Amino acid sequence: MSIRERLSGNEAAATAMKQINPDVVAAFPITPSTEIPQYFSTFVSNGQVDTEFVAVESEHSAMSACIGAEAAGSRAMTATSANGLSLMWEMIYIASSLRLPIVMSLVNRAVSGPLNIHNDHSDAMGVRDAGWVMLFSENNQEAYDNLVMAHRIAEHKDVLLPLMVCQDGFITSHSIENIELIEDEKVKEFVGKYKPEHYLLNDKEPIAIGPLDLQAYLFEHKKQQADAMRNAKKVILDVAKDFEKMTGRKYSFFEEYKMEDAEAVIVCMNSTAGTAKAKVDELRANGVKAGLIKVRVFRPFPAEEIAEALKNAKAIAVLDKADSLNACGGALFEDVVSAMYTSNIHVPTVNYVYGIGGRDTTTDDIGTVYEDLQEVIKTGNIGNPYRYLGVREGK
Amino acid sequence: MAYNHKEVAARPARLTSGHRMCAGCGAPAVARMILKAVKPEDHAVIANATGCMEVSTFIYPYTAWTDSYIHTAFECAGATLSGVEAAYKEMKRTGKLPQDKDTKFIAFGGDGGTYDIGLQSLSGAMERGHDMVYVCYDNGAYMNTGIQRSSATPRFADTTTSPAGSVIPGKMQSRKDLAKIMAGHNLPYIGQTAAIGNMKDLYEKAEKAIYTEGPCFLNVLAPCPRGWGYNTPDLMEINKLAVETCYWPLYEVVDGVYHITYKPTNKLPVEEFLKPQKRFKHMFKPGNEWMIEEFQKEVDKRWQELLDLEEMTNK
Repeated sequence: MSIRERLSGNEAAATAMKQINPDVVAAFPITPSTEIPQYFSTFVSNGQVDTEFVAVESEHSAMSACIGAEAAGSRAMTATSANGLSLMWEMIYIASSLRLPIVMSLVNRAVSGPLNIHNDHSDAMGVRDAGWVMLFSENNQEAYDNLVMAHRIAEHKDVLLPLMVCQDGFITSHSIENIELIEDEKVKEFVGKYKPEHYLLNDKEPIAIGPLDLQAYLFEHKKQQADAMRNAKKVILDVAKDFEKMTGRKYSFFEEYKMEDAEAVIVCMNSTAGTAKAKVDELRANGVKAGLIKVRVFRPFPAEEIAEALKNAKAIAVLDKADSLNACGGALFEDVVSAMYTSNIHVPTVNYVYGIGGRDTTTDDIGTVYEDLQEVIKTGNIGNPYRYLGVREGK
Repeated sequence: MAYNHKEVAARPARLTSGHRMCAGCGAPAVARMILKAVKPEDHAVIANATGCMEVSTFIYPYTAWTDSYIHTAFECAGATLSGVEAAYKEMKRTGKLPQDKDTKFIAFGGDGGTYDIGLQSLSGAMERGHDMVYVCYDNGAYMNTGIQRSSATPRFADTTTSPAGSVIPGKMQSRKDLAKIMAGHNLPYIGQTAAIGNMKDLYEKAEKAIYTEGPCFLNVLAPCPRGWGYNTPDLMEINKLAVETCYWPLYEVVDGVYHITYKPTNKLPVEEFLKPQKRFKHMFKPGNEWMIEEFQKEVDKRWQELLDLEEMTNK
């Protein structure tokens, strides 16, 4: 029997970590993810986990220590946000290139500057090409479930890549919601024991990790990383199937919400999907054929599958909670339109940058996007594809 | 057991030959000797900061290290190794590793990766008390990138970012005292040493550092023929002059108590150390005598400070 609880997103993440019982957690406090290492230290202090908690002096050291710990042959986890992830940036790439399945809870927050502690996705988007599997979570339940599935994906022999589970800072990290927890024993069994093939602490087979890797080899090693990311797609679905068997909760690359006959479609990630679902319901009640795609797996990007899911739409709005400052749209938008184009699917698509620095996005805001889409459908005219939602235009 | 050079020298090298460090470089001799102090039955995990030693000993697909080895980046050998050590502690505690086998944790970083960019990571690892030894092989500049000044570069040295010019005569700041900074961390063992004579001092300090429980630190002089501009075969002579002039005093700090492990009976003028090195060549031009005097003053001041600290902490 699953356990019904009421937890914040951070508590949910910390609870998953407790049940996973990793060998090492190295973390440094940063709002809004601070509570995760706080809760976790309590588990350590009270002997509820076996973990060695390394209270590092910076996020750079947090990721460095996780790399050391994972390479040593242990399971290592961390949590961070925004500038913490920025400080780790160098090590984020090294973690994936060393093929170390470290798992991170990333509580999304705006990257400085100027300083802002609230939610957007600029932190995650800054590492989108770093070779980490990236899962996004609409609510505390998904943040928890994604973490429970994380190690099975990351540690799979065809993958061996680090993985981050994202959730929205404050919006879900600090909101208490109902949640269904899985029993400790079941999580333990599901996650399984970590059995690395090669590791530093195996005195019978000393290994060297992190070479100088020059022109003759680096390209092939990078290709192997890219292949591992492609392989992750199948593994993610396989693990989701097993997870569904255990919990009844179904996960895929993305969630399709009222997409069967949808004409006006929004694509977004994390908590905004909840807001959008409420709006879709309302519009559907009024006969508007609105639909939603909530991307869960952002890396690897499920390009073909998303293109297929969008092929019957008449107008699409991709919502990016981070501005790429590139004069041609946000990261999710670029991936979605590129996916459709390469699948020879041409649906009028616009981009909205929204919610920057924690700006609220309400059902009314989402409503204006669906109105805009209906206008695009009616006129066939996209107008400016690079749009903003909820920003005050200064004069 | 008393140090027996023949016996120690005969032990198999844990850093093997075939690596690509320059002829006359002090660093590989230092690393090899330190690793000889690891008991043959013990396993070791070496962490290496980016630098000369790393790029010359582990070029894919070859490694010169016989122990487990990890390199991640320039500034985080301390943090990387602290993660390995934390994993070891947990895995041993929970029975995931054999109980009858010991692993030692040793980090190597140059002065760039230790005094400068890696200082925070080192400080954190030491403060947290990981059971490891951090070894700084100090060649007094960023040699790997082509001899740029570091905070370990001695005053007046000519480097590529503190060139001896017609207005500014080399590096204008004096060296950071890293062993003293480490002493401020209240470590159980700190040793400053160099590869001199039969390497007794280096070996014994390495052995103490490796087999003292807790975070230990070694600062080892590692001359660089390219950066210092000495005659390549004269490595051991340069080491000796650094010690005999008291430019590089040999000492240890054991639980806060200072012991100078070698006091030259006849302290040589620092000129003897400076003269064979091209990086100090401009100091010997007529009119620049003041630079040698200043250099000598600083060496004397630091040596006296050390004598005072020894006296004070042994009372």
